[in-house]
Amino acid sequence: MAEITATGGLSTDPSLRRRLAEFWYYFSENRGAVLGLIVFVLLVIVALFAPLIAPHAADMQYRDAVLLPPAWDAGGNTSFLLGTDPVGRDLLSRLIYGARYSLFIGVVVTTVAVIGGVLVGVIAGYYRGWVDTVIMRVMDIILAFPSLLLALVLVAVLGPGLTNAMIAIALVMQPHFVRLTRAAVMTEKTRDYVTAVKVAGASPFRLMFKTILPNCMAPLIVQATLSFSNAILDAAALGFLGMGAQPPTPEWGTMLAESREFILRAWWVVTFPGLAILITVLAINLMGDGLRDALDPKLKRS
Amino acid sequence: MNRAFRLLRRRLVGSVPVLLVVVVGSFLLLEAAPGDAVDAYVVSVGGDAGMIEALRQSWGLDASPMTRLAAYLWALLHLDLGHSVAFSRPVLSVVLERLPNTLLLMGCATALSFFLGSALGIVAGARPGSFRDRFLSIGSLALYAIPGFWLALVLTIVFSVELRWLPLSGMETIASGKTGPARALDIARHLVLPVTSLGLIYLALYLRIMRAGMAEVWRMDFALAARARGISRRRIVWRHVARNALLPLVTMLGLQSAAMLGGSVVIESVFSIPGLGRLAQEAVGARDTPLLIGIILVSAVLVVAINLLVDIAYASLDPRVGASEAGA
Repeated sequence: MAEITATGGLSTDPSLRRRLAEFWYYFSENRGAVLGLIVFVLLVIVALFAPLIAPHAADMQYRDAVLLPPAWDAGGNTSFLLGTDPVGRDLLSRLIYGARYSLFIGVVVTTVAVIGGVLVGVIAGYYRGWVDTVIMRVMDIILAFPSLLLALVLVAVLGPGLTNAMIAIALVMQPHFVRLTRAAVMTEKTRDYVTAVKVAGASPFRLMFKTILPNCMAPLIVQATLSFSNAILDAAALGFLGMGAQPPTPEWGTMLAESREFILRAWWVVTFPGLAILITVLAINLMGDGLRDALDPKLKRS
Repeated sequence: MNRAFRLLRRRLVGSVPVLLVVVVGSFLLLEAAPGDAVDAYVVSVGGDAGMIEALRQSWGLDASPMTRLAAYLWALLHLDLGHSVAFSRPVLSVVLERLPNTLLLMGCATALSFFLGSALGIVAGARPGSFRDRFLSIGSLALYAIPGFWLALVLTIVFSVELRWLPLSGMETIASGKTGPARALDIARHLVLPVTSLGLIYLALYLRIMRAGMAEVWRMDFALAARARGISRRRIVWRHVARNALLPLVTMLGLQSAAMLGGSVVIESVFSIPGLGRLAQEAVGARDTPLLIGIILVSAVLVVAINLLVDIAYASLDPRVGASEAGA
C-alpha cells in the first residue's frame, strides 16, 4: 500500500490542492454533510451580523407585548415573528443574538480542549514511560466522572457564569483529545519517516509538533467537530441549571431556564430556543459525519 | 468462574487509588472555593461574628485544610461521610435516601436505550445503504442533537399539559397512601417521561455504534465466508454479524454510565425527581461541601461498579479478553 506522507509543513506540499479536491470529493458525496455545512455557514453569518439582522435589540422590553404568540398564531403580531417572552422581549432577536453565544462557546471550548489535549497527548505518546502512565491515569479519572457533575462542581468552585462554565466544559472534554493524540502519536512514531527525521538530527520538539502531529490530524478534526456540538449542548444544560450564562444573557439554555415556568401558558418560549440548539447541533454533527468520511481513510469507500 | 473472580479482585484493588484520588481531589478543589458552609448558612439564617466563630468551631471548619482532610479520610474508613450542613443529617443517609430514585431512572433509561438502540441498529445495519438504514441513521443523528432537558420539556407539554395522559413531575403522587402494586404503578406512570427523555438520547448513540459495528463486521472474511456458503441473510445477520457487533456496545454501556449520571442531573431537575443529581444541585447552591464530596464519591463508586460489571460481562462474552487482561 503506497502512502504519501508529508514530512514538512502543509504549505510546502505540492499536492495540497489535489488533496483539498479529494477531500471535497468525499465530503460532497455525503449530502447530509453539505446540508450541515450550509446551515452552519448561515448560522455563522447570522451570528456575525446579528445587530443588522435582528429586528429588535436583544434586551429591549416591550411592556405592551408580553408573551405574544408567534405571528401565525391567533393574537400574534408580525413585528414579533416568533412571539415575545415573559417580559416582552422579541424571541427571534434573542435567538439571533444567542447564536453568537453558542458559536462562541463552541469555538472557545473546542480550542482550549484541543490545544491542551494535544499538548498533553503528544507528550504522553512521545515520551511514554512514567510520564505517560501518570497522564493517562489522571485522564482516566476525569473520564470516569459524570461530565456534567464535574462541570457542576467546577462551577461551584469558580462561581456560576459563562466563562467558568466554558472552562469546566473544556476541562471535561480534554481527555478525549489526549487519548486520541496519544494513540495516533504512538502509531506514527514507529514509522520510517519519523526515524529518518530523527536521524537527521531534529529536536524532540520539532519531531513532536512538526513531523508527527500533522499526520495525526484526521481523528482530531473529527473529534473536534463532535466536541463543538457537545460544548454547545453542555453549556446549554449548565445554563438551564442556572450554572452557566446568567440572565439576561440571550444564551439558548439560559433562555429555556428563564421561560420554564411559562411552559403551561406559552409553548413558544420553550419550543424555539430548544429548536435553535437542535438545528445548530444537528448541522455540526452532520458536518462531522462528512468530515469523518472524507478524512478517515479506514472508512473511505475504495 | 475463577477467571472472572481474578478479574474482579484485581479491578477492586485497582479502583481504590482512583477513588482516593477522586476524594482528595474534590476535597482540595472545593477547599479552593470562596466561602464555606458557615457563610452560606449565615446568609440564609443571619448571625453575628461571634456566632460565626462558634459555628466554625463546632463544625470543625477552623482547623487547617490538611488536618480536616486527614480527619475526613479517617472517618471515611469507617464509612462516615460527614455531616450535611444543609440537611442537618449524616451525608450517607441523605445520599442513600436519594440514590434509589436515580438508580431506578438510570436503570430504566439504560435498558430502554440499550435494547431499543441495538435492535434498531441491527435493523439499520442488516442492509447497509437501504432506505431503512438511511432513515434510521438520519433519525438517530437528529435524536442525538436534541438537548435532553428540552426534550423533557417538550414531552411534558405534549403528554402532561395537552393530552393530560401522564403526571407533570415528581416521583410519585405525594400522600396518596398507595401501597404495593398500586404504588409501583404510580411510580411507573411518573417515570415514563423522565425515562423516555433520558433514554432516547442515548438510544441514538447505541443505534449508531451498533450500525457502524455491523458495517465493519459485514466486511470481515467470516461474514463473506458465511455468505459464500449460502446461509440466508437473516441467519447471517443474527448468528454472525449482530453478535460480533454487540461487543463494542457492551463497552459503551460502561463508558456511558458516567454520562448518563450527568444527564440525569438535568432530567431530575426538569421533573423534580428527588435523586442524586438534584441533590448535587442543591448541595452546590448551599455550599454544602461534605454533601457534595459525598455525592461525588458515591457517583464515582457507582461508575466504577458499573464498569466492573460491564467488564465481567465482556469477559464472559469474549473469551479472548480474560487472557489479555493479565497485563493491563
